[in-house]
Amino acid sequence: MKELTLFGMLKLVVQRDMTLAMRRRADVLTTLIFFVMVVSLFPLGVGPEMEMLRKIAPGVLWVAALLASMLSLGRLFSADHQDGTLEQLMLTPQPLAVVVLGKIIAHWMVSGLPLVLIAPVLGIQFDMRMETLGILILGLLLGTPVLSMIGGIGAALTLGLRGGGVLLSLLVLPLCIPILIFGTAAVDAVASGLSPVSHLSLLGALLVLALTFAPWVAAQALRISME
Amino acid sequence: MAINWFKYSAPSTFYALAGKLIPWFAISAAMMFAVGLYIGFFVAPVDYQQGEFYRIIFIHVPASILSMFLYLVMAGYAALGLIFNTRLSAMMATAIAPTGALFAFISLWTGALWGKPMWGAWWVWDARLTSELILLFLYLGYMALHSSIDDPRRADRASALLAIVGSVNVPIIYFSVKWWNTLHQGSTIKFSGTTMHVAMQQAMFIMLAACWLYAIAVVLARVRSVILERERQTKWVAELPEVRG
Amino acid sequence: MNGLDIWMRENPLTYVWLGSYAFALLIFAVEIVLVRHKRNLTLEQIRLLREAGEED
Repeated sequence: MKELTLFGMLKLVVQRDMTLAMRRRADVLTTLIFFVMVVSLFPLGVGPEMEMLRKIAPGVLWVAALLASMLSLGRLFSADHQDGTLEQLMLTPQPLAVVVLGKIIAHWMVSGLPLVLIAPVLGIQFDMRMETLGILILGLLLGTPVLSMIGGIGAALTLGLRGGGVLLSLLVLPLCIPILIFGTAAVDAVASGLSPVSHLSLLGALLVLALTFAPWVAAQALRISME
Repeated sequence: MAINWFKYSAPSTFYALAGKLIPWFAISAAMMFAVGLYIGFFVAPVDYQQGEFYRIIFIHVPASILSMFLYLVMAGYAALGLIFNTRLSAMMATAIAPTGALFAFISLWTGALWGKPMWGAWWVWDARLTSELILLFLYLGYMALHSSIDDPRRADRASALLAIVGSVNVPIIYFSVKWWNTLHQGSTIKFSGTTMHVAMQQAMFIMLAACWLYAIAVVLARVRSVILERERQTKWVAELPEVRG
Repeated sequence: MNGLDIWMRENPLTYVWLGSYAFALLIFAVEIVLVRHKRNLTLEQIRLLREAGEED
């Protein structure tokens, strides 16, 4: 069995997790349906007046994306934890951070990316204009991976605990607030004719920061949880 | 005389030391509170803009400062515990959390009470108050995580990691909330802008010291209970006068 | 809420005192009571543990 490079390991983990996720399409779809449902609740709650809906749309979509991501994060490590694969993965010569990154990438592609793809449809329900919709999507594209990464830390810390998903959300949501703020601010900027570049670049900076540190921190958290 | 710090990192010695220190901190805290309140209410003049209402700041500002500072101290102990594997550091972090959370709560409550006469509403999404609210969430998350893990070692280490991640996030959160607040032209709860009267500064400083001393006393008291619980199977605990009864 | 507003403006010091300082002191008192209670509970637990151990 030839030695795996870091990238090889990454690819392996991503492929494996995606294959497993595809076998359980229901899990993937439920997150998506939750997202759509939460977004649809708001007009029902605040009334169908288009002017107001257009105003709250970016906030609603972002908050719903946050909540939907939280829901699916519990699954990040739990399946592997239960059947013992996680222990094996922790024994590989490759750094655990690479394994974690791979799992997070797979998780995002299965949970975060679908949200980004369906957001335009929901945005139109809220009568968002094309430019604002575009910036919303771009923001979600930059932000949802960060949500997955911070969430990965939370998932590792709460591995196997009774509180489960709710506890994870409690821990992770405050940390995700900056992403929410910059994502919605970018859309609002475009809506008022200003440039969204500063907000989007802050999101980009957070993404780079998360990519650099989150997998390693999550790996440490895994070690703590598995001792 | 060289102080052997490592001696005090043993729970048994620290327990005794803390026990001796608590009365000093408690009494000085009470005295500082008395002096601070006296100056704050009877010496400091009425404010030009805010009348008597501004006097809330003498508890609001120290509570805010303390809630933030305690979080950093907590994260510091958490880091020490993770790096050096000292049990006592982890115990200190656990002991600080509830006090920090309560100060954050006091800060929010007094902030709201200050906001009402100023802005007519009990809550305004002022950048500092909102950051304070998020800080409270961080404290509560820490405490929730710690209490959901049965194994004390895992509980200590997991919540320590959370505290460190949180402390790194606090500047980012504060910055983004400030940004959000200016974007939406939110209200800012601020004091009259111009220089504060000397007596006001004195009162503020003394009250800050009072809260600090109080916090140290309470945390030391709490950590003693934590030590007792963790070390309940040991001989030195069994031979304590308060246990023998 | 109007009654409260009027009362507040007419008694600012009382408002400040009751609302913030008394509240803060109350929180401190609660905290101290909780810490003492925890200590007593823990000591009680340890005593029970000792007695159970001494019976063997």
